Amino acid sequence: MRKEWQRQGEDGETVVRTCAWSPPGCHPVGCGLLLHVKDGKLVKVEGDPEHPITRGALCPRCLALKDYVYHPDRITHPMKRDPKDRGKDAWERITWEEAYDLICSKVNEVKEEYGPEAIMVFGGTGRIASTYYPMIALNVFGTPNACYAQSGMACYYPRVTEMAYVVGSGYPEIDYASRYPDRYDHPGWEPPKYILVWGKEPLKSNPDGLWGHSVVDLMKLGSKVICVDPRVTWLGSRADMVLQLRPGTDAALAMAMVNVVIQEDLYDHDFVDRWVYGFDEFAARVAEMTPEKAEEITWVPAESIREAARKFATGKHSALAWGLALDQNVNGPQAAMALIALLCITDNLDVPGGCVLSGVSTTDSQKNRYREGINLMTPELWEKRIGAKEYPGICDIDNHNQPDVVLDVLESGKPYQIHMGYFNSTNIVDGAIAAQPQRWTAALKKLDFMVCSDTFMNPTAMALADVFLPLSTFAEYNGFVLPHYGLNDLFYATINKAISVGECKSDIEILVDLGKRLQPEYWSQFADDVDFLEKLKLPDGFTFAELREQGVIQPEVTYRKYEKGMMRADGQPGFNTRTGRIELYCLGYAAHGDDPLPYYMEPPYSPVSTPELAEEYPLVLTSGARTFVSFHSEHRQIASLRAMHPDPLLDVHPETADELGIRNGDWVWIETPWGKCTQKAHVTKTTLPGVVHAEHAWWFPEQEAEEPHLYGHGMSNINTVMPHHVIGKLGICNTFKSQICKVYRNDEKN
Amino acid sequence: MSENALLVHYAYCSGCRSCELACRNEHDLEPGCWGIRVREEEPWQLPDGTWNWDYLPVPTKLCDFCASRAAAGLEPMCVQSCQAKVIEVGPVEEMMGRLGQLDGKAVVYRL
Repeated sequence: MRKEWQRQGEDGETVVRTCAWSPPGCHPVGCGLLLHVKDGKLVKVEGDPEHPITRGALCPRCLALKDYVYHPDRITHPMKRDPKDRGKDAWERITWEEAYDLICSKVNEVKEEYGPEAIMVFGGTGRIASTYYPMIALNVFGTPNACYAQSGMACYYPRVTEMAYVVGSGYPEIDYASRYPDRYDHPGWEPPKYILVWGKEPLKSNPDGLWGHSVVDLMKLGSKVICVDPRVTWLGSRADMVLQLRPGTDAALAMAMVNVVIQEDLYDHDFVDRWVYGFDEFAARVAEMTPEKAEEITWVPAESIREAARKFATGKHSALAWGLALDQNVNGPQAAMALIALLCITDNLDVPGGCVLSGVSTTDSQKNRYREGINLMTPELWEKRIGAKEYPGICDIDNHNQPDVVLDVLESGKPYQIHMGYFNSTNIVDGAIAAQPQRWTAALKKLDFMVCSDTFMNPTAMALADVFLPLSTFAEYNGFVLPHYGLNDLFYATINKAISVGECKSDIEILVDLGKRLQPEYWSQFADDVDFLEKLKLPDGFTFAELREQGVIQPEVTYRKYEKGMMRADGQPGFNTRTGRIELYCLGYAAHGDDPLPYYMEPPYSPVSTPELAEEYPLVLTSGARTFVSFHSEHRQIASLRAMHPDPLLDVHPETADELGIRNGDWVWIETPWGKCTQKAHVTKTTLPGVVHAEHAWWFPEQEAEEPHLYGHGMSNINTVMPHHVIGKLGICNTFKSQICKVYRNDEKN
Repeated sequence: MSENALLVHYAYCSGCRSCELACRNEHDLEPGCWGIRVREEEPWQLPDGTWNWDYLPVPTKLCDFCASRAAAGLEPMCVQSCQAKVIEVGPVEEMMGRLGQLDGKAVVYRL
């Protein structure tokens, strides 16, 4: 990579190199862009051919960045609205000073009258704000309440929790040679023989630290893919095997696979002897799950289970990528434990072409910053964090609230009422995360004062906000992108400001501005957003300017770090768990009320667990697969992208469609005991008969903004049919991927 | 007819449609105009249980192989932007040679 982060282009253009995160939304995968700027305006966007991971490629969302940045509906100045006009398009333009003064006076009022805990900060999924909004709660407002409002925090947090308890590290990523400047040509690196892609569609989701199309690179180099998914995806159509399981039965399948590996003695005894705790108990437990028993539960043939297990175990090396499907499954922590076991006992952890980890030094820094915020408040105040007592399983390793308890508290006002809400990049009212968004909306309307920060008006801001703060896109601010939110340093890079749009500010700028006003003793140490990044975020000793000149940093690779004392703060070999080993008898699970060993549990609502209910709701419903042209509820107003996927689609197998009298393209109702919404039938054999898949996070920015319509509020949002507070024992996971429903024609719309 | 040809190794085309927008950006095309479009052969299952499911980028009359970029020594924008790296452009003979070297479905277009 060349050193210059900006250079002169043709015709008076400046070309700025940057790496993407958000907004517009994506996960922190840092795709490389060249932003062409002329007279202060973004004139062209292209991929950066020198970026070592993406090599000039970009997905449609980044290629439409200019459409997004200069969209006529984008909000580019702060606004306020009288609380009595919530739901009405009655906004008044104000200055940042006015907005900050208003927010600060309300914060102080609420703190004085009700205590700091009466303020809650909400954050959404995946965007860069997810790294910073807990600091607005802890380090700025001084409240213990930071809430990711997804039932069971069921996106990524379950994987973080499972890895913390079982392995004591961050998520293990496929070794896609990201840390080598010469990438796939690096001597000693090898592509995985098999990649087990479980409940994940990485090409579309660019999950958390993996640039998804790296999987296609690896396939071209010879890697074979085994897909586990109720749907045959495009990747599945190219896979060596597809195990098309019944939604929600993952734990049975994973236990059966690792059972085959143990029974057929395909595991690494030396690894187990040295690094695993509780192997015998684990082996005895999974021995109960024979492939034949698993076939009955999962619908996957026993022979296929054996074949997949053998291939993975003997591949040397094989990689595992497990996804959202296990987060949105209340039995997911058990499935994850079996999968982690499969990865580890076959010696595929932290090896070339297997899955790789970060050392302890990079993963600790983020926690320390939040800890500073917690130290600014009294222990008694921290004790008031909503959900922490009920669900220490998640709350002991994370600084958030448990969100299901939050909704209960918002509705009941007990043990205390929340009076102020601050929504940082989250569309709770019609987005990806909230179960029963209609209940959240009603409960939140009781709050005295609410602030939303985002790029566009959306149902949440229209329904709730009294102040709207306009956010910059990643083309408009200085920032930093670290895959897996800092839990796996596969590479890292700076986000470089190229343009300004209106009066928009970044999440980090707003954080520092509010901090200086509300907690000056702490925030006076930071001159501005870049100084904040240098002191708290960037690797030791680097200035922002230095890192920006480096382009993409690829940290040095050390495999088998657990042998070298790099996984523990005390420098001892082993893992950062209670026993120092990988806990397949998991003391962390046991300490928080779950079984230390994996088990299979039917989905709470299924034809097996609730047969009477299933008579009325005979279909199995799964939801939430991504498309190439949206990030959850974002991008719906970008015409070039929306044209590629205009409507919310429900995948239905042709046999099921025939039984229901539904044709391809018909609008249909999807109904559960908790509500109904409408999507368009997409008749396809890629889903199983009797299993339907619904898209998530749909709202319609082209429709009427004001209440009661509210951009088609709830009309097609699949989360309206999902139950609240049906979660796992550790306080994580939900049922979004395994529900029951009925489907029938929506005659009003056909 | 151009001496150039466009090769698509569509065994690996994931259907992301980046090429469509990259081309639009490069050539400032109006809405409704395209230099390349991705077509889908929708999924169906063979008797042996395997799947046939293809996306096939098809260049249009507006494709000029990014002549102005070529003059500056740069790849065509669809080639650069393709996430699966399945598009190549070059002299007809060279592309026909590449066709013979590739595993899996591929096609060469003359324009």
